[in-house]
Amino acid sequence: MSTDLPESAVPPPSTGADESSSAPTRRTFIATSTAVGGAVIAGGLVGGTFLSGSDEASAAQTPPSSRVTLTVNGTRRTVTVDNRTSLLDLLREDFGLTGSKKGCNAGACGACTVLVDGRRVNSCLTLAVRLEGADVTTIEGLDKGGRLHPLQQAFIDEDAFQCGYCTPGQIMSGVGCIQEGHTGSPDEIREWMSGNICRCGCYTKIVRAVEQTAGRK
Amino acid sequence: MHPFSYTRVSDTREALAAGSRGARYIAGGTTLVDLMRETVERPETLVDISGLPLREVTATERGGLRIGALVTMSQAAADRKVRTLYPVVSEALELSASAQLRNMATIGGNIMQRTRCTYFRDVTAACNKREPGSGCAAREGFNRMHAILGTSDSCVATHPSDVAVAFAALEATVHLLGPDGERTVPFADFLLRPGNTPDREQALRQGVLITAVEIPALPRPLRSGYLKVRDRQSYEFALTSAAVALHVRGGVIREAKVAAGGVGTVPWKLPAVEQHLIGERPSEALWAAAAAKAADGARSLQHNRFKPQLLNRTVERQLRIVGENA
Repeated sequence: MSTDLPESAVPPPSTGADESSSAPTRRTFIATSTAVGGAVIAGGLVGGTFLSGSDEASAAQTPPSSRVTLTVNGTRRTVTVDNRTSLLDLLREDFGLTGSKKGCNAGACGACTVLVDGRRVNSCLTLAVRLEGADVTTIEGLDKGGRLHPLQQAFIDEDAFQCGYCTPGQIMSGVGCIQEGHTGSPDEIREWMSGNICRCGCYTKIVRAVEQTAGRK
Repeated sequence: MHPFSYTRVSDTREALAAGSRGARYIAGGTTLVDLMRETVERPETLVDISGLPLREVTATERGGLRIGALVTMSQAAADRKVRTLYPVVSEALELSASAQLRNMATIGGNIMQRTRCTYFRDVTAACNKREPGSGCAAREGFNRMHAILGTSDSCVATHPSDVAVAFAALEATVHLLGPDGERTVPFADFLLRPGNTPDREQALRQGVLITAVEIPALPRPLRSGYLKVRDRQSYEFALTSAAVALHVRGGVIREAKVAAGGVGTVPWKLPAVEQHLIGERPSEALWAAAAAKAADGARSLQHNRFKPQLLNRTVERQLRIVGENA
């Protein structure tokens, strides 16, 4: 299901399929094809209208774009991106990795947190074009051979979410927090996890999940 | 976001060449990308300088510390030399932003960051800093977070950095590299008060590169620390803050370095407070009397009339915290 551009490909021309209708279709396609096999909206693919986000953008006015090679969850990928593309949009729109969430899109909520070269960062403020050679880990790449990461399991065990929208960012940030060793006390965890906002207010259980996972290491 | 072209450079000569052609440098990008998305910033070319060899924290021959411009905030905060010699710097860094942002943002970028004034960020609002001559919506607007010191009729926006307050207190210097070679600028002269030209924020010509911030040696033993007062306990900009460093010998304060944040259009050095402390013996009365001078010359706005008193109390408390153990 890779939507990577072949290295020599010229971005295909836009078919005029407008963003408003094609954007939900992309998500619908991903979700529906996973669930029931894609036959429902197969017609939407005829004529090659299934384009990734940055393809459409660059095809429309050919704004400056660049080729970048990076590794995402262990898979090396080469893509041509509009220079304006954030890592978050690349992950979600081009790679179909919609686990990383767009909350504020301004570095204020933490829902988009991923690891770049092992360090937690806000993918919404990271320009994809700058990631040549980088190693990116998202929530989709955290499990080992189908076994959940201990912090993922701890979030389930502790019931550390309600709506779940902030959860991938919380978990990626928690993984960073544990690696950094800032889990000495609940207060320290709260301070070092403060870049992740939870509107449901599950902080007590999130702190507990991080604390327990850190303690197990 | 407006389209822009992008290049990556691997040495300072390439960087300066691109800079002299009008390109904007990008390091951590946490401010720049955010403001580009809001179309407040509209660079036509970005030069990625993250590959330049400016990532070291080194002790200087003079006994101070030199922090490379591309050292991230988290690296600088975790650095053993920084933590041992200047706790005020590591504390200011760790009380800034979030762990994610500190992993991205650099020391050079931190002192270049732009104000968080909401009217500056809102391209539909009047703002002399963003659009010279358009007016200042903050003056009569919602100005609770705004500055009370160093303001002008043109602009009342605060400088948002915490570590810059520590740098101002410690009288750091900024190392610059331009087409004409290297140069150092005292921190106090690097960030500019708004005056009639709030769009000019640094004493920095186009294409000049920040290579490091140097903190001078100070007499030892030195006690220092940073206190930040804000609406949330974490991940919030300062309403007021205080950076304090004291050298006490023989029961007498021999050296005092004090600056305040959240209140000035630039990090606000407090020489009157420093002078009041030097030559005196630490006492509760001394902290209060010295801190009472912190808000000298302050001009409040409609919604931040609480700031002068909060500033005095912030400085007093931090003098006590640092001074009790000095």
